[in-house]
Amino acid sequence: MRSAVSAPDYRNLTFAYARSPDQDAPRPARHPVVVVGGGPVGLTAAIDLARQGIPVLLLDEDDRLSTGSRAICFAKRTLEIFDRLGCGQRMVDKGVTWNLGKVFFRDEPVYSFNLQPDAGHQRPAFINLQQYVVEGYLLERAAEFANLEIRWKNRVTGVCQDDDGVTLEIATPEGDYRLRCDWLIAADGARSAIRGHIGQKSSGQTFRDRFLIADVRMTADLPTERWFWFDPPFHRGQSVLLHRQPDDIWRIDFQLGWDADPEIERDPERVIARVQALLGPDAAFELDWVSVYTFSCLRMDRFRHGRVLFAGDSAHGVSPFGARGANGGIQDADNLAWKLALVLRGLAPETLLDSYDGERIAAADENILNSTRSTDFITPKNEASLAFRDATLELARDCGFARRLVNSGRLSTPSTYRGSPLSSADTGPFSGAMEPGAPAADAPVRTAGRDAWLLRETGSGFTGLYFSPDAPPAETLRALRAAAGGALPLAILVLTPAGAQVPALDGMTVLEDAAGLAADRYDARPGTFYLLRPDQHVCARWRQFHGEAVQAALARATGQG
Amino acid sequence: MLTTELNIADPDGFYEALIGLHRDLTAEQSRLVNAKLVLLLANHVGDRTVLDEAMALARRGLVPSGEDRAMHAVA
Ligand SMILES: Cc1cc2nc3c(=O)[nH]c(=O)nc-3n(C[C@H](O)[C@H](O)[C@H](O)COP(=O)(O)OP(=O)(O)OC[C@H]3O[C@@H](n4cnc5c(N)ncnc54)[C@H](O)[C@@H]3O)c2cc1C
Repeated sequence: MRSAVSAPDYRNLTFAYARSPDQDAPRPARHPVVVVGGGPVGLTAAIDLARQGIPVLLLDEDDRLSTGSRAICFAKRTLEIFDRLGCGQRMVDKGVTWNLGKVFFRDEPVYSFNLQPDAGHQRPAFINLQQYVVEGYLLERAAEFANLEIRWKNRVTGVCQDDDGVTLEIATPEGDYRLRCDWLIAADGARSAIRGHIGQKSSGQTFRDRFLIADVRMTADLPTERWFWFDPPFHRGQSVLLHRQPDDIWRIDFQLGWDADPEIERDPERVIARVQALLGPDAAFELDWVSVYTFSCLRMDRFRHGRVLFAGDSAHGVSPFGARGANGGIQDADNLAWKLALVLRGLAPETLLDSYDGERIAAADENILNSTRSTDFITPKNEASLAFRDATLELARDCGFARRLVNSGRLSTPSTYRGSPLSSADTGPFSGAMEPGAPAADAPVRTAGRDAWLLRETGSGFTGLYFSPDAPPAETLRALRAAAGGALPLAILVLTPAGAQVPALDGMTVLEDAAGLAADRYDARPGTFYLLRPDQHVCARWRQFHGEAVQAALARATGQG
Repeated sequence: MLTTELNIADPDGFYEALIGLHRDLTAEQSRLVNAKLVLLLANHVGDRTVLDEAMALARRGLVPSGEDRAMHAVA
């Protein structure tokens, strides 16, 4: 167990380089999977593979966690993924929970939104937590796996692949060495060198605007909400975004325009004046970190290149309005890890990995589309778009329709993998959001006399949700058990109405649908069966359980259908 | 379908009101008023097919001779 000594200062931690026996091997040592990059995406992928029993080697050129003002907003779906990895609760305990956003025009509030209006979800819409803390917690989780090795100060300087594997050239403080691996996950960030090594690029557009990101330490009596101003009196003609982080740190994001000089804008006195204009001349605060950014929306043509799989910022980039960068990348890892684990264990053909490409490219496009639309609203590109933006903001005071057009960022939500080759088509009528490809919805449940959450009860592989009015008949139980005992592990959750008092069932988990929300959210009737993938996305559903249909759907979901 | 035949009862009166809407405004103020008008009417129409037809018709024949400043392509 972790001891209760004071928390490490994640921002300043350094990790020692250590010589590996691989560096002295006569021939390049071979590893099943090498992950390059210890950012949020690489760490998520490495942990997810390790917990599925795959030996993982993670290489990072640096010896510290993320520095400076980077990601702070981590979305519900990311927290659910961290829950799967076994470190979600820590993130939520430390993070600042928020669901509400407010938009101001000049000095008036014009619009507010609640990102999670309905109750009955374990995780909030968002927490704010510094990226280096998220990485620190992931790293501590990673350290709990004996089959996960991390090598700091190992910079990948060359990559080449053949039919049989990938060869890596690695530079360390003690010289260079080479490694072989079956699969390479390139989570080496926006400037990915691996992308270049294999002759690929990430293309798109850069927005001609600059943003000053100031993290400020202060005790302020402001609500824990996302506040966004267009053209406020304290920063005329530009926008400002304010966010609370843990430990009395606030993120303030000042739009500067394209003509601003990043050097001059970083000058602390100048930044302090901008912050004072927002907080008032008497506000007590100190600057924690300041940087100036421009933003791009980019992506690679494909994320799978043979045995090299790109994930996170190496594969795609978005502007931060909408918090879709790290959140999107973590979902890449979530999508990739189970597929790669099945391929490595010989339970799926390697063509399964093409579905990673298809599903996550569609997701990246969705993130890029949303982020581009937000950036276009925030950074008008000509007189007409400025006029439309101001018109929208002015109308928003009185007209409901205009409030919905105000776009200060459409915040990260998970993609539904619509049309995925891994999904089986509905054979019966269903309504609601849980279509094949959708991320499974959470709901409060009770099991073995305790309160629990549906998503926390899913298995580490595939999961079947069987909605049953009471104890399933013996024949159904036999069929469910037969399905669970196939080549691919399948955890069975039997969902009963609240108070149904179904006794424990051997080899299955009985859950009471405590508030009826599971049945609601899954549009379930007695006998409805859902098949969830290891990443908790729906891949098939039926009005009645049929063992053969489930086996066919499992085959399809593992690239064998 | 977008109606392009006359659909307004008092066309001259409407045109006069439209011009009157901009009386004594600067170009910037007019742009704002026009933008509000477009948004209000677009929402009233609602039908995306009609809106798309109207947008295409409004731009028809124009050779772009300005330049957007917000972004540039990167490889
Ligand atoms: C101002 C700002 C605000 C943001 N806010 C948010 C937000 O609120 N929410 C959100 O979801 N996202 C946000 N983002 C985006 C987020 O920071 C990134 O999307 C995220 O860091 C991507 O993670 P990654 O693991 O793909 O890459 P990175 O975090 O960049 O990690 C890459 C890792 O690879 C290592 N590496 C690189 N090259 C090599 C090599 N050759 N060999 C070995 N190792 C190598 C690096 O040392 C690094 O550790 C924000 C970004 C910025 C700039």
